[in-house]
Amino acid sequence: MSDVSDQTAAETGRHQAGASWRFLKNHMREYGILFALIAIMAFFQVATGGILLKPVNLTNLVLQNSYIVIMAIGMLLVIVAGHIDLSVGSVLGFIGALAAVMIVNWDMHYLVAGVLCLIVGALIGAAQGFWVAYFRIPSFIVTLAGMLVFKGLTLWLLAGQSVGPFPPQFQLMSSGFLPDLLAMDGFNLMSFLIGLTVAAGLTLLALRNRAVQSRTGTPEEPFAFFAAKVAIIFIGISWMSWLMADFRGLPNVFIVMALLIAVYSFVTSRTTVGRRLYAIGGNEKAAALSGINAKRLTFLTFANMGMLAALAGLVFAARLNTATPKAGAGFELDVIAAVFIGGASMAGGVGTVVGAVIGAFIMGVMNNGMSILGIGIDYQQVIKGLVLLAAVIFDVMNKKKG
Amino acid sequence: MATILEMRDITKTFPGVKALDRVNLQVAEGEIHALVGENGAGKSTLMKVLSGVYPHGSYTGDIVYDGEVQAFGSIRDSESRGIIIIHQELALIPLLSVAENIFLGNERARGGIIDWQETERRAAELLARVGLKESPKSIVADLGLGKQQLIEIAKALSKDVRLLILDEPTSSLNEQDSEKLLVLLTEFRRQGVTSILISHKLNEISRVADTITVLRDGATVARLDCKNGISEDDIIRDMVGRSLDDRYPPRTPDIRDEVAMEVRNWTVRHPVDPDRTVVRDVSFHVKRGEVLGIAGLMGAGRTELAMSLFGRSYGRDITGSVTINGKPADLSTVRKAINAGLAYATEDRKTYGLVLDDTIRRNVPLARLESVADGMVVNARREAEVAERFRQRLNIRSSSIEQETVNLSGGNQQKVVLSKWLFADPDILILDEPCRGIDVGAKFEIYTVIRDLAAAGKAIIVISSEMPELLGISDRLYVMNEGRFVGEMQTAEASQEKIMARIIKSGEAA
Repeated sequence: MSDVSDQTAAETGRHQAGASWRFLKNHMREYGILFALIAIMAFFQVATGGILLKPVNLTNLVLQNSYIVIMAIGMLLVIVAGHIDLSVGSVLGFIGALAAVMIVNWDMHYLVAGVLCLIVGALIGAAQGFWVAYFRIPSFIVTLAGMLVFKGLTLWLLAGQSVGPFPPQFQLMSSGFLPDLLAMDGFNLMSFLIGLTVAAGLTLLALRNRAVQSRTGTPEEPFAFFAAKVAIIFIGISWMSWLMADFRGLPNVFIVMALLIAVYSFVTSRTTVGRRLYAIGGNEKAAALSGINAKRLTFLTFANMGMLAALAGLVFAARLNTATPKAGAGFELDVIAAVFIGGASMAGGVGTVVGAVIGAFIMGVMNNGMSILGIGIDYQQVIKGLVLLAAVIFDVMNKKKG
Repeated sequence: MATILEMRDITKTFPGVKALDRVNLQVAEGEIHALVGENGAGKSTLMKVLSGVYPHGSYTGDIVYDGEVQAFGSIRDSESRGIIIIHQELALIPLLSVAENIFLGNERARGGIIDWQETERRAAELLARVGLKESPKSIVADLGLGKQQLIEIAKALSKDVRLLILDEPTSSLNEQDSEKLLVLLTEFRRQGVTSILISHKLNEISRVADTITVLRDGATVARLDCKNGISEDDIIRDMVGRSLDDRYPPRTPDIRDEVAMEVRNWTVRHPVDPDRTVVRDVSFHVKRGEVLGIAGLMGAGRTELAMSLFGRSYGRDITGSVTINGKPADLSTVRKAINAGLAYATEDRKTYGLVLDDTIRRNVPLARLESVADGMVVNARREAEVAERFRQRLNIRSSSIEQETVNLSGGNQQKVVLSKWLFADPDILILDEPCRGIDVGAKFEIYTVIRDLAAAGKAIIVISSEMPELLGISDRLYVMNEGRFVGEMQTAEASQEKIMARIIKSGEAA
């Protein structure tokens, strides 16, 4: 009796494993990027002798990449809509300079200045989006012009000098940590609990979705695969928050980032606006003939990008504690690379927020890891370039196969 | 006269469709041979077989040219033997000069370096031969369509053409330019160049052609000798002569006495070239429960009419008025048109109908996304239910609603487009070439959907170039030609001959 049940158990196990493997192969495009991140982290963890995931370094990694991640979210929407924004690096620098002038030179309250900066960012994005959406000027050209204009305006605003320092409250935005209300010595328990809550919440959400799927039809993912995926995400998030709690807790900017990821992920995957955005990127003519106001949506996408670039500008300025004329130079390339590594398509209509964020962290981990290993900036550029190329080749090959 | 070309028993099949069935074509050296037939009769396919677009081996039968059996593997092969085809859509590079276009891919060069003097001298010679007074340095985009057509011919001459194939060369030309072209063809005949002319304009054909081959449904049905004169009526009879069998679902019309939509004096100009009037002073109406057909040849302005009505998606300087259900309707944007109860299913489903990389589930609700959403949030369950319902109702053959539409067959893609518009729940549904390029079975299913919609009180407007289809499914039809409505008839009293006669008469009057 027990022999038979053992056998069937073994058989289901094999069956589950086989199904999971096949599923993974068919969905390599979606999950490949996550595995790439894990593999790259594992590699550098070993290569750096465990430094990569030391609490202090992990915290640094998040702080260093926050502004890239924030902009990658906006850029994902722009690229899904079938456009590009080359001006984000310059806009980041310009907004940092604007904030410095307002706060340091004019003694404006940092909150008022911050809100004004976000508004100016949105207006900059809107001004560029206006030409792209309503006059069909290629976004590459419009934002290339914007890149030059705002680089120049940054220099003008700062009169070629660095301006700083900022008041301490302003700096907290990117160098502050979540206060520990549970006051434990050397361990930010609250941060860990928040991490645990988020991990548990995500798990519950996944379980609920799975239950709904089971009720309406057969779930797409084999059970073993589903279980493994949920477990990895749960353990991953809990572990990361444990590590960060062990240093000084969750950075404020991490909370901002997490909220943005959650909100934009939801908007792109679950709302009508998101659905329409993918439709205009996939086939603008068909979308327009389905009653979608493609022009307005494109316009708003650029305005949103401008606002997120402004937010990134504030974070970056607060982190350096000064606004410099060189701030943001070349950032647009990192941001765009992150989005493409994350699986977005140059032609528009394809890509996810989470993919773009993972793409940004792949770049970030490589920067960080290679710096720890003392690899020169020259080789770093070459390697990053090759990784970008490899990621996109992988994506294209997978698409052809599917 | 010697025979320069003989195509024997050419059969060409595409997945699910037999495009050519044992077609025979015999062309004598130095004649103008006309090839006529309805849209979809197989004329273009036959010419693609001849020119090597469909290479040897992808069809059965023999091509005998110059007394030898040929096995062309590509256009290059056929061109090297002097067979040149000029397609309906001209293949010129708009921003290059006339001379550069004429010698494109065939440059006058030594060791990769272009000899511009030679290029321009030769180009000027060729332009003189086709009677075009333009500098070889002119930019092609600055010239009219008639002149561009002549440049294509000059390009053909530069390759030492012996057999010139023209696919609908005059369809987009005005009277004067057409006349010039025909004169040029007769001039070529004097010089010994053989031409095959594909055209719908029977008056032109009966004037210049020496022999006519008529194709119908992928088969040769007649070969007419024009030496003793031939009437257009004879050609028309051979073109359309077939019976309407039961390829259409039986139907008892139930036309309500309520006008669903009335359009008055609708005029539309070309979006880029405002001097061209694409739709001229068109007035029509459609009643609830009625299937209205709009007949005409390609380029008659039917799609332009429909798209200009649907949220001004085509054209400029649009004038005219529309009432829907007796009230003036504002159709100035697509959204307003949908809200007013209008829907338009495009003829070009890949460009205008579907988001190809997206799944059936995501395509179907696109025109009325708000009704599967709670506020701003799309309700995945309801969305899936809607997609699944239409998948079953229209019998969309697919693995599931999660299949990407790019991987569906033409007929099933068309059903997804139809589903999208059915879900938008319009009062008036315009279907533009709803059955183009799909197989017989899927056609029947779509006709059935049209019938059921009409029975449910919707007003259906079907635009089609296939006259049997319109005669089979519509209650009443208008004939459109060159931007105007040139006839209205009850389908019961209509025939393909009558429709063709209207088109041709109106063309001659202009």
